[in-house]
Amino acid sequence: MARRLFAGGRVVDPVGGRVAPADVLVDGGRVLEVGRRLDEAGAERVDCRGRHLAPGFVDMHCHLREPGREDEETVASGCRAARAGGFTHVCPMPNTEPAVDTEALVRFLVRRGEDAGLCRVHPVGCCTRGRQGRELADLGGMRAAGCVAVSDDGDWIADARVMRRVLEYAKVFDLPVLSHCELPEFKAGVANEGVVSTRLGLEPVPAAAEAAAAARDVLLAELTGSRLHVCHVSCAATVDVVRRAKERGVAVTAETCPHYLVLNDEAIVGFDSNYRVNPPLRSEVDRRAVVAALEDGVIDAIATDHAPHSREEKETEFGAAAPGIIGLQTAFSLGFEELVLKDVLGLPGFISRLSSVPAQILGLPLPRIAPDCEADFVVLDLDARWQFTPADSLSLSRNTPFLGRELRGRVVATVLGDSLLTSGGGSA
Amino acid sequence: MSFRHRHLLGIEGLSRDDILTVLDQARTFREVLDRPIPVVPALRGRTIVNLFFEPSTRTATSFNLAASRLSAQCVSFSRATSSVTKGESLLDTARNIEAMRADGIIIRHSQPGAPHFLSRRLRAFVVNAGDGPHEHPTQALLDAFTLREHFGDLAGRRILIVGDIAHSRVARSNILCFTRLGARVAVCGPPTLLPRYVEELGCSVFYRLDCILGEVDVVNMLRVQAERMTSASLPSLREYRQIYGLTRERLAGLGPSVVVIHPGPVNWAVEMDYDVADFPQSLVLNQVKNGVAVRMAVLYLLAGGREEADG
Repeated sequence: MARRLFAGGRVVDPVGGRVAPADVLVDGGRVLEVGRRLDEAGAERVDCRGRHLAPGFVDMHCHLREPGREDEETVASGCRAARAGGFTHVCPMPNTEPAVDTEALVRFLVRRGEDAGLCRVHPVGCCTRGRQGRELADLGGMRAAGCVAVSDDGDWIADARVMRRVLEYAKVFDLPVLSHCELPEFKAGVANEGVVSTRLGLEPVPAAAEAAAAARDVLLAELTGSRLHVCHVSCAATVDVVRRAKERGVAVTAETCPHYLVLNDEAIVGFDSNYRVNPPLRSEVDRRAVVAALEDGVIDAIATDHAPHSREEKETEFGAAAPGIIGLQTAFSLGFEELVLKDVLGLPGFISRLSSVPAQILGLPLPRIAPDCEADFVVLDLDARWQFTPADSLSLSRNTPFLGRELRGRVVATVLGDSLLTSGGGSA
Repeated sequence: MSFRHRHLLGIEGLSRDDILTVLDQARTFREVLDRPIPVVPALRGRTIVNLFFEPSTRTATSFNLAASRLSAQCVSFSRATSSVTKGESLLDTARNIEAMRADGIIIRHSQPGAPHFLSRRLRAFVVNAGDGPHEHPTQALLDAFTLREHFGDLAGRRILIVGDIAHSRVARSNILCFTRLGARVAVCGPPTLLPRYVEELGCSVFYRLDCILGEVDVVNMLRVQAERMTSASLPSLREYRQIYGLTRERLAGLGPSVVVIHPGPVNWAVEMDYDVADFPQSLVLNQVKNGVAVRMAVLYLLAGGREEADG
């Protein structure tokens, strides 16, 4: 077991909202001491001058494609990409083939994560059997196997009675219900309904298709007193639904994704299928509303919705392409530029949206850099300017519109327990 | 040659001058078509492939004729007999066809952007012959040609496009093309068949035909499809005809200088009563004839442009 001194950096405390210079001494996978000018006798010195140390990130929404599409991603490859992006905890969504709706399948994913040994894998289980939206899945068994939330992500639970039962039954196990809000009648849509979809003749999906679904779910959460989490909020109308629900005291939380922070629907004008994502990129007004909602806390967390797809699923006509963007390795940099460098959030606030806030929603221990805690943190170079190239991608897939874009700020290393991994961009 | 485009993907990418270049070139070919032997050797030795993933009679035939009148070889690929029915992707199909040394590919496809997708991956030039509800640029060019032939100039002309604007590639291309040539364009249809923000394309919007019909120089009718009833966009074809159809009564009320165009094929007794077929101010058959000349111009300019780019 290694003894390491991370020396000369600044430590970010997202919960306390502070950044302070400190060394961090790690031994046997645990933090021994945090303070100024610690004694490095017997420790490997990791030079962190000019770097920031922050708690490891928690991705509460990603797609690791295992079981079923191991050509696109596996738990192991997804965890490699996650670590490179600063995520030490990942929550794979259950819309695999077969769907993760039993204790055995949850156990399988947890085991896969342990075998890879890179991240803590906290599976999300299905709400309903086979993700069919009809019968309850075995929430109790899945919870016992390590599932931290339930979701039929990929589809909305259209039957309001079933959704009510899901919300009620999840209370037994204190599982948050993560809802993919999208009225199924609009599923044929491939682009945000707006000026751009009108110009391009692409089948439109209005923002109301997301917000109306969220509104119903909020009302059912209010009815049942259950915990609802709204996935990938992309538009002003949904922000408004969540805001009003929070004002009424409904136990609702929400997430958005980096691509909704930095892109609007003008990006699809060239029909590049790497911009095809669900929900679709919205108008500039919506983008600003989502950013503002992170600032004022209506949107709680940032999740990647990392959605790997094979080349043949993406190299096709825009409307025929599978929706989704890989996001594990670019999430920090995109959010850092849009939120921190543009003064929407301070650095601790931004880190909290990637780390302590999702951990809290999922009931995980809050990642902290403090004595007696497991070593679970990232080393950041906030001055870095870099490009994400296909060769950098540790995911098995390459479907992202951010290849070649200049990115600001970079995760240069992650520490989880005894493992120290560098992410490129030089040593920690 | 002032036409600098490698492909014709839509009117969107064309300037007013680009459009006029095509129309002027088409006028030359229009004269060729009236000769006893209506053929020129301009594209001898070139191979053009018609890649139609949706059924089309007149557009495919028109391109076919245009290519042969330019002495090019034109091969048609039709969906029914192809490996597309075996699940081959658009990209594979197009790459295979290009490997057979096609100089140009004319594509019709149900997905908006399909021609743009191919244009980024093929060496051959690509002509969009209709991509879903997005664009149908040669239809817009031939409509503009036909109207200019009739009026001389489109500047200040008032053109009304009537019908299913939301699902119409002709509407999108025509709005762009007519406005770029200085015309004032209005669209008319029920809100269920109008895309939101359609006015951002540069046109005004009317829900009732009788509110605007008396104010225009050109009535551009569109085909309305029966499946719009099952999608709850229309209650019945009968009601559609009553509110939006160019009926015998409305035809009788048109001024003597008003002309009617339609991209075809017509649903008689739905969007237009059969009386329009005999209406002296109908330019529908002129459109068909001009279509060949305009498509000759497009193929000629793109094939010529290629030569320059390669040389």
